[in-house]
Amino acid sequence: MKPGRTNNVTGYLFIAPWLIGFFVFTFIPFLQSIYLSFTRYNIITPPRWVGFANYQMLLTQDELFWKSALVTVKFAVIHVPLAVVVGVCLALLLNREVKGIAAYRTIFFLPSIVPTVATSVVFLWILNPTTGMINNLLRNFGIQGPAWLNDPFWAFWALVIMSLWGVGGSMVIYLAGLKDIPVHLYEAAIIDGATPIKRLRHVTLPMLSPVIFFNLVMGVIGAFQYFTQAYVMTPNGGPQDSTLFYSLYLFNRAWKYYDMGYASAMAWILFLIVVTLTAIVFRSQKKWVHYG
Amino acid sequence: MEKGNRLLIHIVLICLSIPAILPLIWMISTSFKAETQIYTNTGMQSFQISSLWPSPMHPQNYSEALQTVPFGIYLRNTLILCLLTVLGAVGSSAVVAYGFARIDFKGKEMWFALMVATMALPGQVTMIPVFTIFRNLGWYGTPLPLIVPAFTGSAFFIFLLTQFFRTLPAEMAEAARVDGSSEWRIFTQLVLPLSKPALATCALFQFLGTWNDFFGPLLYLNDPNSYTLAYGLQQFLSLHGGKWAQLMAASTIFTIPIIVLFFFAQKTFIQGIATTGGKS
Repeated sequence: MKPGRTNNVTGYLFIAPWLIGFFVFTFIPFLQSIYLSFTRYNIITPPRWVGFANYQMLLTQDELFWKSALVTVKFAVIHVPLAVVVGVCLALLLNREVKGIAAYRTIFFLPSIVPTVATSVVFLWILNPTTGMINNLLRNFGIQGPAWLNDPFWAFWALVIMSLWGVGGSMVIYLAGLKDIPVHLYEAAIIDGATPIKRLRHVTLPMLSPVIFFNLVMGVIGAFQYFTQAYVMTPNGGPQDSTLFYSLYLFNRAWKYYDMGYASAMAWILFLIVVTLTAIVFRSQKKWVHYG
Repeated sequence: MEKGNRLLIHIVLICLSIPAILPLIWMISTSFKAETQIYTNTGMQSFQISSLWPSPMHPQNYSEALQTVPFGIYLRNTLILCLLTVLGAVGSSAVVAYGFARIDFKGKEMWFALMVATMALPGQVTMIPVFTIFRNLGWYGTPLPLIVPAFTGSAFFIFLLTQFFRTLPAEMAEAARVDGSSEWRIFTQLVLPLSKPALATCALFQFLGTWNDFFGPLLYLNDPNSYTLAYGLQQFLSLHGGKWAQLMAASTIFTIPIIVLFFFAQKTFIQGIATTGGKS
């Protein structure tokens, strides 16, 4: 449609609420945080300029920084593709005309709307090594389950399992994507004698690729901001810092030690990582994303 | 589809449904159990279907949880925050989106692109300077830092609503303009009434966002009387960690309203999520 007349005053009046918010809560703080990352600052006394000291310390001397970056990257590399595969498979299963399909869809969707803090508390209970449901279930098969969140190896996997439980949100997005694929493409493929596997590979997945791409980008960005679950379940970063996610370490630096300059430097590194990753994912899309 | 195939799909779906729904059943079931049933004998038990059923029924967990921690007050605080942020975020986002969708002004494309870009900015980058702003204003410890920013709109909602307003037919607005209606009048009298589904989607997302928000209250609230449910539940966990029955009762109180809301507004939920995913 055609927009209305050119009207600068009215236009700016309409976008004024956002414009004010943008400058006060985003743009100016954005610039300030660059400055803060070059200072020592504890909120109470004014920031003191220290040059590149924070960055130098982070990159060369802070083992926890590298540890937390590693935990986060590991989570992104494992969780994001896993969530895409599980989400797409569930959507393919639920995109069928069988009886009671609406009930199944509801069941798979419900976990994703449970508030994050509640999910974390419930999983703490489910993963309880002695009385939790998962280890009880394992005992039925004669397996002595691990100590989960108390175990440096399994704590990380406990969070991976928990995040898969909430995969229903992206499943709904894939389901909507599947519904948008024109039927004639399948009809043509059937006439050409394509097997169901071939139809999946050459029709469904290419047509779904933009949606998968969207979820991939959001998933990677989300992994680097993964905080609430880690904080509620393992406020100190878990055994041997095995669940010390980047955002959790950043938060503890800022609010436990009031190391605001250091935390700002960490935030800036995070920002650069997110921008770079997003750019890489966007670049790679030409190779495999099909915009129909 | 053949019959056997269909049966197979049902079997697969039922098998997958169990892990999806069991944690929720376990939460509700534990919330009605007495401590004696939770910690039987050695505690090393295997899983029995019958153990899902609380016996004896112990609904006192709920009253005990409410006595330990004032969840009633947290619920009230959460609802007030939800109401104000929904009004603020949806109202301002609609105004701003109308500006982007229907009015031509200099620099519009640039501002719109900037607004979309802010969606990718990690909150940690602005967290500390924004905190100092609120601290200098004397708002630390009050709910104002959780409310006021909502009134500057949300980039995500502005984006969604701009897309939506652009799909509305322009003829009526043109006619109204010829009749001398102001843009504000066209916005409130013509565009808003036609946009109820899109506004409802935004309202729902904002409601869920505020209901779930843990980070905001964690940063800004220090008075237990102003805690929200999300923050109150985490505080309850860190202070009374082992009381699983009460913790599950509190988690149930926190979760059930969202599930009820889902059943009342199923369409808005599903369509909202579906459209946000597609329009990347």
